[in-house]
Amino acid sequence: METLTEPAVIDQMTPIPFKVQSVREELSHTFTLELEPPNGDFSFQPGQFTMLYAFGIGEVPISISSSATRETTLLQTIRRTGAVTHALGTLKSGDYVGIRGPYGRPWPMKEAKGRDLLIIGGGIGLAPLRPAIYHALENRADYERVVVLYGTRTPDDILFETELRRWGDRTDITTLITVDAADRGWYGAVGVVTRLIGRVGFDPLNTTAMVCGPEIMMTVTAERLMEGYAVAPENIYVTMERNMKCGIGVCGHCQFGSKFICTDGAVFSYKEVGHLFDIKGV
Amino acid sequence: MSEMYVSGQSGIGRLIQALAERGHRVIGPVVRNKALVYDEINGVEDLPKGWTDLQEPGRYRLEQRGDEKLFGYVVGSASWKQFLNPPETVLWSGTINPEGFMTDPAPEPPKYAFFGVRPCEVAALGVLDKVYATSNGLPSMAGYSAIREQAFIVAVNCVEPGGNCFCVSMDTGPTARGGHDIVITEIAHNGNMRYLIESGTAAGAEVLDGMANLEEPTKSEIEARDYFLTEAAAAMGRTLEVDGLPELLKGNARNPRWDSIADRCLACANCTMVCPTCFCNTVDDNLSLDGTHATRTRKWDSCFTLGFSYMHGRPMREGIGARYRQWITHKLATWVDQFEEMGCVGCGRCITWCPVGIDITQEAAAIRRADLRDTPIGIGGFV
Amino acid sequence: MDIDTLMTTLGEQSFFAGLRPEHMVVLASTAEEVEYGGGVEIFEEGGHADAAYLILEGAVALELHVSHRAHHIVQTLHEGEVLGWGWLFPPHRWSFSARTLEPTKVVRFDAVQLRAAWDSDCELGYEMMKRFAEVMTSRLKATRLQLVDFYGNTH
Repeated sequence: METLTEPAVIDQMTPIPFKVQSVREELSHTFTLELEPPNGDFSFQPGQFTMLYAFGIGEVPISISSSATRETTLLQTIRRTGAVTHALGTLKSGDYVGIRGPYGRPWPMKEAKGRDLLIIGGGIGLAPLRPAIYHALENRADYERVVVLYGTRTPDDILFETELRRWGDRTDITTLITVDAADRGWYGAVGVVTRLIGRVGFDPLNTTAMVCGPEIMMTVTAERLMEGYAVAPENIYVTMERNMKCGIGVCGHCQFGSKFICTDGAVFSYKEVGHLFDIKGV
Repeated sequence: MSEMYVSGQSGIGRLIQALAERGHRVIGPVVRNKALVYDEINGVEDLPKGWTDLQEPGRYRLEQRGDEKLFGYVVGSASWKQFLNPPETVLWSGTINPEGFMTDPAPEPPKYAFFGVRPCEVAALGVLDKVYATSNGLPSMAGYSAIREQAFIVAVNCVEPGGNCFCVSMDTGPTARGGHDIVITEIAHNGNMRYLIESGTAAGAEVLDGMANLEEPTKSEIEARDYFLTEAAAAMGRTLEVDGLPELLKGNARNPRWDSIADRCLACANCTMVCPTCFCNTVDDNLSLDGTHATRTRKWDSCFTLGFSYMHGRPMREGIGARYRQWITHKLATWVDQFEEMGCVGCGRCITWCPVGIDITQEAAAIRRADLRDTPIGIGGFV
Repeated sequence: MDIDTLMTTLGEQSFFAGLRPEHMVVLASTAEEVEYGGGVEIFEEGGHADAAYLILEGAVALELHVSHRAHHIVQTLHEGEVLGWGWLFPPHRWSFSARTLEPTKVVRFDAVQLRAAWDSDCELGYEMMKRFAEVMTSRLKATRLQLVDFYGNTH
């Protein structure tokens, strides 16, 4: 037996141990693992995900929430929903998780150069958008307007609230937050996230929208952008989620029509997958 | 340039021997528990001489043929994928310690010779090769690739198709289309069982070159081979109209016909288990009682199970109709988008082993008869 | 404020886009511009609905008084949005309270004059009803989506 920091056999199903540096509780049920790559290096593009392995318990696809350039550790923001995510939630600093990846097609940061960026997140869907937002801020001159719209359930459910507030204070990025329900004492917007779209300026013909959230949130947002503003479906990007066992296109679980979400996505243009949302049980 | 020889049954025995001598574990057809299965063979005497398998929708039984044929059956009950991607494989096991994970050594991949692979099954190996090829520039299924690379393929052309066969529709048989190292055609000629043996690769030719007592085939033996294979092509048990089929299925996602299939389909997953190309799998994780040693096991999975599409507390494909639609649409339509060919080779196993006899060819034909693409219901779909 | 300035102000609002000038005059004649500080109640749930509003600047929360949680914010309205339709139909009462979240500037239309103007000029009335119906439909749709609770925890 040998200790592995790098795989002896190049087999994509072998998890690589990453040390947990810290665990941060973000919201109730949601936490962020800060992970240390074994040789200090882990390169990825905004929008990619990893297969995150809780030793002996199982593996789940989790999108990367760290900035590709400003953070040297790998951040993965996770909601406790099942056995594996609950097990990951009990880890402490110094423990190990297994990582495979990064996998998947990233957000179209390169293709969106010279265009307005409309970044729309819902709930924990802000996590995969965080690397894209930092990429835009670090390469600010590459883009025209940069707008972040965020919707969540209540004022207590705002992910990365400190950062959202910090972006809100900047002049080179527009940030609006809305919640579905609030009591007096909340001075922000209340209403479905699509209602924020009308409050910001962007050029619909020169806009790339990146939308991440629950499936219904992404469909109503995409429909609103297309019907209300004539943003073309090929310029609206969403990120899909399905049961996944391999992340590399061989387990068959994540098929969505002709697509393997893990290798063809998880980021798709609405033109590629929009029609599939209308069919039950795809 | 392929080499062609002819021999009697003793030549078949010598070929099995030659492969064993080259270090191959030779797997071939054997009769076991009243079924024809693929398992280790040591000589010609292990082959199912004089047996055949009657196959109909939801029906299978072995019968004595009353002749001496070694390959007078249709196809094994389970396919060759069981050797390349076993129903259960340990993917990874290891121990956790303060420095990370210590990986257990992995076993050496077995070196197989597959003996008696039907042309549709050779085609199925090609289909699986594409699915399990590479991802991110690395092998997706290292275990599969390691076994596959070393496997020697002896195909056997089909001169007697079965009742559920439709390889002609899928253009995979009854004559092997390539992908084999050696191909055999069994013919009854002038009262004798004769075996035309051809090489398909240099490795195949090398094996044949090393064998003694192989004869040159006569012109009439070659003519007999061609005659039988032409006759076989005309004797398919079933037909699948593939013209325009991908668009047809993708455009009929809302067809009520899926509900009628759901009324019959038991979602037992038999079709996917016996299918030579169904590749879906899941991973099962196990942890030792002291929490230090973990094993990750890959297991066959099926899109017919409720758990297959489970996410965030519920299955995405709740109804059986949605699951059958996924299976057949994948096989015959979306597979083409993914891998530039259909995921069906026409072996007929899914029809035979369906407990209620659901027939993929009939279901595709039913959708074609009830095509709703030009109606308001048909708008959208998978297209 | 003179009527010309008001007409210019209204003309900049997409809600009034494409209205005929003579109709704009009628509408402007029922209107006045009003400014509120932050945290001011513009109208109160159950109160007499005597005006329609269009928000020029600022933000307004629509609140529902729910006994066990004091004031529940149902929705917030922002620049360019119309506020209130309780004045349209009898008994002319507000279903929600409207409270400013920040200093807010609105155009206030007198309900009695507005109803009279629409009744006497059916073309104007129909045109305005269409615009209000569209706003109501989109607010209803947005409210339904809020009800879905789609970010809701999965357990």
